[in-house]
Amino acid sequence: MHGLDAAFSALADPTRRAILARLAKGEATVMELANPFKMTQPAISQHLKVLEDAGLVVGRVEGTKRPRRLAKAGIEAMDQWLAILRKALERNYDRLDEVLASMERQKKGEKR
Amino acid sequence: MSKLTLKTEGDTHVVVTRRFAAPPEAVYRAHVDPKLVQQWMLGPEGWSMPVCVNEARPGGKIHYEWANGKGGGFRLTGEFLELEPYSRIVHVERMHLPDPTPDNHIETRFDAEDTGTLMTMRMTLPNVQTRAAMLATGMERGMEASYVRLEGML
Repeated sequence: MHGLDAAFSALADPTRRAILARLAKGEATVMELANPFKMTQPAISQHLKVLEDAGLVVGRVEGTKRPRRLAKAGIEAMDQWLAILRKALERNYDRLDEVLASMERQKKGEKR
Repeated sequence: MSKLTLKTEGDTHVVVTRRFAAPPEAVYRAHVDPKLVQQWMLGPEGWSMPVCVNEARPGGKIHYEWANGKGGGFRLTGEFLELEPYSRIVHVERMHLPDPTPDNHIETRFDAEDTGTLMTMRMTLPNVQTRAAMLATGMERGMEASYVRLEGML
């Protein structure tokens, strides 16, 4: 069983989060992942190993290649991730609601 | 019921919609007037925006800086491309982390709806990897906020 701790520490690294986000678009090989991140293939492989050990990513064999895709836990992590981003935006817009309300009060005050 | 929607579209877009009780003119002004922007575009709890430059004309500069009061901070720069008061803003922006991220092209529309406004923000990133990296950055800041809240509970 994969511990929650492993998933959390796997997600603590920005490159690994970006790899997960890329895999959310579909399967990719190490080479396909290495290019956009401007990293060497061994460096990407190391990140993939951490993600695999945490149960977030799985691979399959296709000839000499080993394309990776998101595991169920990885998909759940992506959902949470969008939810977190959503929350940050929601906080901003809740504040904007208050700003708009005070603009409205000011406008009414000026008319008086 | 949540008023916000956030979704990815195709390979390179992120679309955010949000409804506001105020008319488009007020929502537009709150996106353009630096004194108003500084009051709400703050991200996680505990952050402030000491620098906010918005030259609201085509070609005008955008320069935002955020600080967390503990030595942490980051910077965003951009340029306005089109402004149609009070219905539409088109601009580009990039984060400096500290190297600049690829340009995020953003069209923000403010449509009157009943007595309020439907805002639609459509971001276009150069490619799928850039979009992934941007969402990852958003997650990073969001995670920090979650940790801060967690600290508050312990």
